[in-house]
Amino acid sequence: MTEPQPGPDPSAGPQQHPVPALAIRGLAKRFGGKIAVDGISLDVPAGSFYGIVGPNGAGKTTTLSMATGLLRPDFGTALVHGVDVWARPLEAKKLMGILTDGVRLFDRLTGEQLVSYAGLLRGMDKDVVSARVAELLAALDLSADAGTLVVDYSAGMTKKIALASALIHAPRLLVLDEPFESVDPVSAANIRDILDRYVESGGTVIVSSHVMDLVQRMCDHVAVVAAGRVLAAGTVEEVRAGASLEDRFVQLVGGRSQTEGLEWLRTF
Amino acid sequence: MVAHLLRLKITLLRNSLRRSPWQLLGLIIGGLYAVGIAGFFGVALVLLRTAELELAQTVVVLGGSAAFLGWAIVPVVASSADMTLDPARFTTAAVPMPQLLAGLALGGLIGIPGIATALVALATVGTWGRGIPAVLAAILGAVLGVMTCVVLSKVVTTATAGLASSRRFKDVSALAFMVPLMFMGPLAAFVAQGASGSAGFLADLARVLAWTPAGAAWSLGGDAAAGNYGPAVLKLLIALATLAGLAWCWKALLQRALVTPPYTAGGKKRAGRMGLFGVMPATPTGAIAARALTYWLRDPRYSGSLVVIPLLPVLLFFQASQTGDYGVLAITGPLAAFLLAWSISADVSYDNTAFALHLSSGVRGVHDRLGRALACLAFALPIVLVFSIGPFFFTGDWEWLPSLLGLSLGVLFTGLGLASVISARYTVAVPLPGDSPFKKPPGNVAQTMAVQFGGMGVLLVLVLPEVVLFVAQSVTGSMVPGWINLVLGPVLGLALFVAGVRLGGKWLDARGPELLAQLAVNR
Repeated sequence: MTEPQPGPDPSAGPQQHPVPALAIRGLAKRFGGKIAVDGISLDVPAGSFYGIVGPNGAGKTTTLSMATGLLRPDFGTALVHGVDVWARPLEAKKLMGILTDGVRLFDRLTGEQLVSYAGLLRGMDKDVVSARVAELLAALDLSADAGTLVVDYSAGMTKKIALASALIHAPRLLVLDEPFESVDPVSAANIRDILDRYVESGGTVIVSSHVMDLVQRMCDHVAVVAAGRVLAAGTVEEVRAGASLEDRFVQLVGGRSQTEGLEWLRTF
Repeated sequence: MVAHLLRLKITLLRNSLRRSPWQLLGLIIGGLYAVGIAGFFGVALVLLRTAELELAQTVVVLGGSAAFLGWAIVPVVASSADMTLDPARFTTAAVPMPQLLAGLALGGLIGIPGIATALVALATVGTWGRGIPAVLAAILGAVLGVMTCVVLSKVVTTATAGLASSRRFKDVSALAFMVPLMFMGPLAAFVAQGASGSAGFLADLARVLAWTPAGAAWSLGGDAAAGNYGPAVLKLLIALATLAGLAWCWKALLQRALVTPPYTAGGKKRAGRMGLFGVMPATPTGAIAARALTYWLRDPRYSGSLVVIPLLPVLLFFQASQTGDYGVLAITGPLAAFLLAWSISADVSYDNTAFALHLSSGVRGVHDRLGRALACLAFALPIVLVFSIGPFFFTGDWEWLPSLLGLSLGVLFTGLGLASVISARYTVAVPLPGDSPFKKPPGNVAQTMAVQFGGMGVLLVLVLPEVVLFVAQSVTGSMVPGWINLVLGPVLGLALFVAGVRLGGKWLDARGPELLAQLAVNR
């Protein structure tokens, strides 16, 4: 396994903390006979925009679920700003905003109600919640559909409303699992702006994705995960080592099949 | 191609069983149940061989017509049409229409209802084992009858599929079907009374049905056995025309469905309607109560049970008016208390994976439990009070009021406490969010029944003091146990309510991730 490289990043701004925003230590999970995550350790420096990339079924979602307190790991633990997620879950969850991939929402609420619900669940003040909800919905271009039930939303709108629910309490660490899936390009650009400004002011973002190009442009750090292990981790420059991230990823993960064969496909 | 479709159907069935042993157990239980029913009817039909011809014909035709009706209605009411071979999924596969129809029709037979119907239909051949022509006619009738049932159900599901993809239609129809279903029992009793009143009624009914699409195929064996070949040929034509007509309808509907993708319309609505969230206190508990109450109103899986509640006294009143014993009305209160309290015992299962929001927000277990219980209590308490006191205006024996009120409140509070514990620890198989309230996901039946019946057993033990006091009053005739019950019921109930919310909260804090993992299995 490659050593994680948490070293200080000069480009990350003055808010650099010595304690990593998220420290994952030897997380492992087995589902029946299949080992989904095989001892992953990572340090996500505070104030970084961290991408986790990997092929389908690499264990990205499982790792992030274990790191955020949604799935109990078989081994290992995770620390959010020094708070152990599994020993002091309530405290750790206050620091995090989580967008989970593949879970349902309370979709019989309107978009506005759902985001407010997320805020109120965190014990926030009513007036603060309603002010933030209005701003978030405007920023994510959902104001026109604020009163529509989430069940009637499109896939992209659903993703955006889930993102708003993760942002409402101004967390120090944002963990976003596939945040750009089925989101239109304009909304994606808006979301990127929001996240960039959030990182500039000292927040930390972790995104998982398999769009390499996006990660290369957006993130300053990246970890390549495959088959439940970390293949490479560090700043984007270090990991891609001169090549494009996509080429480097394919090189690390392997499995690129020869484009020989399938001759019949050219015969029509 | 037909064989391909059948193999696909069997593979899908087999793979669904591989997901968990509970699924297999569920299928086995469902299968045994069906085998029991089919076996009972099958043996009964074979035994009818020695019965009078008129009687046998009446039974077979009425039974066949009931099957016809069942195959038409059940898929719509239950929205549980077996969609494993949803025609929409074959849109891109360019399967020729005749093969697709044949494959889907035969595929409809694979599964518990299909096999059971086919077996019972074949048993009618035993009924008509009274000569070669009768046997041949019975075989023909059984095959035609079963095919008609399957094709009819396909016509109905294809026709309503377009409507059913609109959320509003699904919500409303699920609730609308609840009402006739509730009155099925009294109605059946009513029909039975009429039938026993005039013995010829059923025979007449069967004679008429035999000339309609519903019963024509099923009457072939009997007519052949009686030697009425002329009517038998006419009825065969009716049955064939029915099948052909239905198949044509199905083909036309399918052709239209394959080129019309499901379309959902919905207007945009602006912000500013916070609903119950604006009313409830802005705390985690208040928010959870507001969310739960919103779901009680908006989610048909919840509001379905709310529709049932007002029908409860109506049903019991109907029952009482038939027997003339209005004392039975007294159980309205405790029964409503039980149903309402128990309705939140699967609350987390109803959330499905949306529960992840509570987990990732770090909601404390006690707040989660209390919010849900208070939401239920908000409407359950007034309902239970009204239902407990109301019946005494009919019966007039007010000396029972204190005891009954104590019992009702005891059941309500104890039930809510116990349900708070159960839903924090166990998941049960419930319809998924957005599905009809009648639709149960396959499998997990065994665990669901274990949790439900185990829970009810515990509840019975917990409310034993109130029940004993109630019985004590009827034995001694003294008012004293009744007055004690009025105090003890709410006090003991509230104590158990608090204990249940606390214990459930503690369990939720400790096992939240495991609960979410269980929910994710039924996603």
